Amino acid sequence: MTGHAPQPATIEACPNGPLLVRGDVELVDSDGNPIERRRRTVALCRCGTSAIAPFCDGSHKAIGFVTPS
Amino acid sequence: MKLPAPRGPLGASLTDLLVHPPRDTDDVDDAVLSRWRDAATVADPVTDDDVQLTLWTLYALHYRGFEGVDDAWEWDPDLLRLRRVLENAFEAALRHQVPAPTATAAEREAVAAALFAMTAPAPGPSVARYVSRSADATQAEEFLIHRSLYTLMEADPHTWAVPRLSGAPKAALVEVQADEYGGGRPDRMHSALFARTMRGAGLVDEYGYYVDRLPAVTIAALNLMSLFGLHRRWRGAIAGHLAAFEMTSSLPNRLYGDGFRRLGHDAGTTDYFDEHVEADAVHEQIAGRDLAGRLAEQEPELVGDILFGAAACLYLDELVGRHLLDAWSAGTSSLRAA
Ligand code: FES
Repeated sequence: MTGHAPQPATIEACPNGPLLVRGDVELVDSDGNPIERRRRTVALCRCGTSAIAPFCDGSHKAIGFVTPS
Repeated sequence: MKLPAPRGPLGASLTDLLVHPPRDTDDVDDAVLSRWRDAATVADPVTDDDVQLTLWTLYALHYRGFEGVDDAWEWDPDLLRLRRVLENAFEAALRHQVPAPTATAAEREAVAAALFAMTAPAPGPSVARYVSRSADATQAEEFLIHRSLYTLMEADPHTWAVPRLSGAPKAALVEVQADEYGGGRPDRMHSALFARTMRGAGLVDEYGYYVDRLPAVTIAALNLMSLFGLHRRWRGAIAGHLAAFEMTSSLPNRLYGDGFRRLGHDAGTTDYFDEHVEADAVHEQIAGRDLAGRLAEQEPELVGDILFGAAACLYLDELVGRHLLDAWSAGTSSLRAA
């Protein structure tokens, strides 16, 4: 996304779900290549079952993923 | 958009009014109102064609209107009186039919957890599974036609809630809606992505084009959103509705995309579904926790409405799904005859 004012990054751990990332963060793959970010706020999978990793696709709900609280 | 063909006395009476401009003299006297009340007294307003199509027509005046219908009708007091007759019938039926959700503490994570529990993926037959594995080209087309009534104006009914909210829930709603409206790119608006899907499937992408083919349940699902969106007193319900809608979207959309790929559609046609897999996994968190959850903390007396809005969304979604699957398993069309 371009054209918006700088915004400090926040990463919010959603209970039993993904990491919600807002603000200016560059996402890169293991080779350091940028991963296209198609929306201002993205959800990163932390259950390991998303079919569109690194993004969350809601699969955490189908497997009953539970985060330690 | 053209006015739909009336399906009963309510629709016929409304069409009679809409074909001329509103007058200063009252067109609707007590006799007309009482005829409307009688006509709206049906066994089940939720599935009654005349009630739902007439209500949809009244609501449509607040969105894009109709060709040949004077825009001044939108705020005509007579039409608002008539609308209330139908809304009262619809609301009473919903109160009666929608299973009451269990009470929850007016606390952000508790409300979000309650919404996620209500919307948890269930095993068994669903439209998404059917479209993914078994639907033929005609059924896939029917599915798009049902969807088009809302999706060609996707997000609009929930946008009514923006000025009714403040602080964190308002920011959350705007964050979701901005993404729905393409983040500033008209070609990425979800309604525009769906229009492309319609064209890819050889269908007309003009809003309302297929309304005469749609059964009452499909229309009722959209009327529910307009009812909740247009009344400030229902701001809790529209927030809960959006949360439930988003929470039941990512996984089914993956299956819809699979189904359309199986039928040989290209990436432009399936883009709408694929986009929603990623987008709604974000939106469900924001809508559940920051919109509904924060609203509950701000206005604890709305918790019941938030959960009711979600339950009503799921109830209508279930009715529509059952209508489609029943028709398809009987080998018939889920649409009204052309
Ligand atoms: S956290 Fe959502 S799919 Fe993994």
